[in-house]
Amino acid sequence: MEFGGWEMPVQYTSIMEEHQAVRQAAGIFDISHMGEVIVSGRAAEEFLNRTLTNDVRKLEAGMGQYTLMCNERGGVIDDLYVYRIAAEEFLMIINAARIEADVAWLDRQLAAFGRRGELAVHDASNDTGAVAIQGPRVAQFIDQCFSGGSTGGAVVARATELKKNQIAQFQFFGQVAWVSRTGYTGEDGFEVAAPAGTIGSVWSRLLTTGREFGLKPAGLGARDTLRTEMCYPLYGHELDEETTPIEAGLGFFVALDKGDFTGRAVLAEQKAGGVLKKLMAFKMTDKSAPPRAGYPIWSSGASAGPIGIVTSGTQSPSMGVGIGMGYVKPDFAKPQTPIGIEIRGKRSLAEVAQKPLYRKPV
Amino acid sequence: MSNVPSDLKYAKSHEWVRVNGDVATVGITDHAQHELTDVVFVELPEKGRKLQAGEASAVVESVKTASDIYAPVGGEVTEVNDAVAKDPSLVNSDPYGKGWFYKLKVADAADTGKLLTAAQYGEQIKGA
Repeated sequence: MEFGGWEMPVQYTSIMEEHQAVRQAAGIFDISHMGEVIVSGRAAEEFLNRTLTNDVRKLEAGMGQYTLMCNERGGVIDDLYVYRIAAEEFLMIINAARIEADVAWLDRQLAAFGRRGELAVHDASNDTGAVAIQGPRVAQFIDQCFSGGSTGGAVVARATELKKNQIAQFQFFGQVAWVSRTGYTGEDGFEVAAPAGTIGSVWSRLLTTGREFGLKPAGLGARDTLRTEMCYPLYGHELDEETTPIEAGLGFFVALDKGDFTGRAVLAEQKAGGVLKKLMAFKMTDKSAPPRAGYPIWSSGASAGPIGIVTSGTQSPSMGVGIGMGYVKPDFAKPQTPIGIEIRGKRSLAEVAQKPLYRKPV
Repeated sequence: MSNVPSDLKYAKSHEWVRVNGDVATVGITDHAQHELTDVVFVELPEKGRKLQAGEASAVVESVKTASDIYAPVGGEVTEVNDAVAKDPSLVNSDPYGKGWFYKLKVADAADTGKLLTAAQYGEQIKGA
């Protein structure tokens, strides 16, 4: 299927099979469509702190954080990861469908910020590929694929020494690969960024090494069911330019006290005074067709109209029940609130649930 | 290679029909279930519902999408397959057998003449 200008597989075998492989063994995703932007220079840290919601001062070399980039209204331009790969060098991993919008926005912010000699922004998206390798067994074989200790970023002797959110540079057959302990599935795993000409070899090497551990290629379908189970937002669904991180329940990644940044005023107001719509997660309680993005949400009692809308939905492969997320009026966002999801003109019962929807069996 | 039983008739929209006198049993083909992959939900028509040939009659949902199932021939729904409603995976594992959707009392026998033979349907999906 076409996704953000790229040809991407929805599945290699079946979404269910690939989803289960990630939860029980390992799955490898081609995420080369995503974007990579390098921001470097003496003023890079200050520029990023004025442009992103989270506080990059917290990052030592070799560390990354989830963050958002907002417009003046607090609306989300993109959600992304930013890593400090060297004292004055940052790597941003951005959504494929937002590369153009993000780079245009960064250029505008750059022009307003000034200090040209102390700052450079480079869009490396076209020259960089990436893969995500996720699952409880990944740590058993990934070290076989990257030899030697790290040559940049976090100082570690092997990839499995990276802690969550850490990033390090490793040599891969004479090329440089950035390996981070991050992911979008809720499982342990890594993401690897490498030059576009090399990423194919990275994929092959990981696949060959991981096969005996149960590693399977996984497509966008499984990527979506996995992240929906974890209630991770997807830009274009839970996030867009008319939605703020506070409405999306991502206030933890908004550092209001770090100083001024684009959108701060609106976000501070929302944090203090409340929001008009709030993101919640839900589980179907009736046996029903899967909930899907765009379906109206009704209260379980009498009401004149819908109280919200589904932003993401699917049949959960792990739980065997319909699950999803949606925006509702804040009164209806409390866990255990009964709601109705309108599916093809008929309302099926559901219940607001705590996030994440999926928890690893102990 | 998809399985296309020669004793059935087919619609361009990937439904199969087994005709016995004036009773038609309807399901979706092996090719269709393979394209859908994991079927998670099947919505069947109500017994007694009168369908026109080509009318949306049922819905099959995979993890990713919902697809309409069209009545290959017109008639009245006489029986629906509760087993497939209870276990949608039967559509994937046994599309021509246990994965059947519903039975119709055929209104106009001429409708079956407009359907594809196994050979014709096989040709259609070859290109796919």
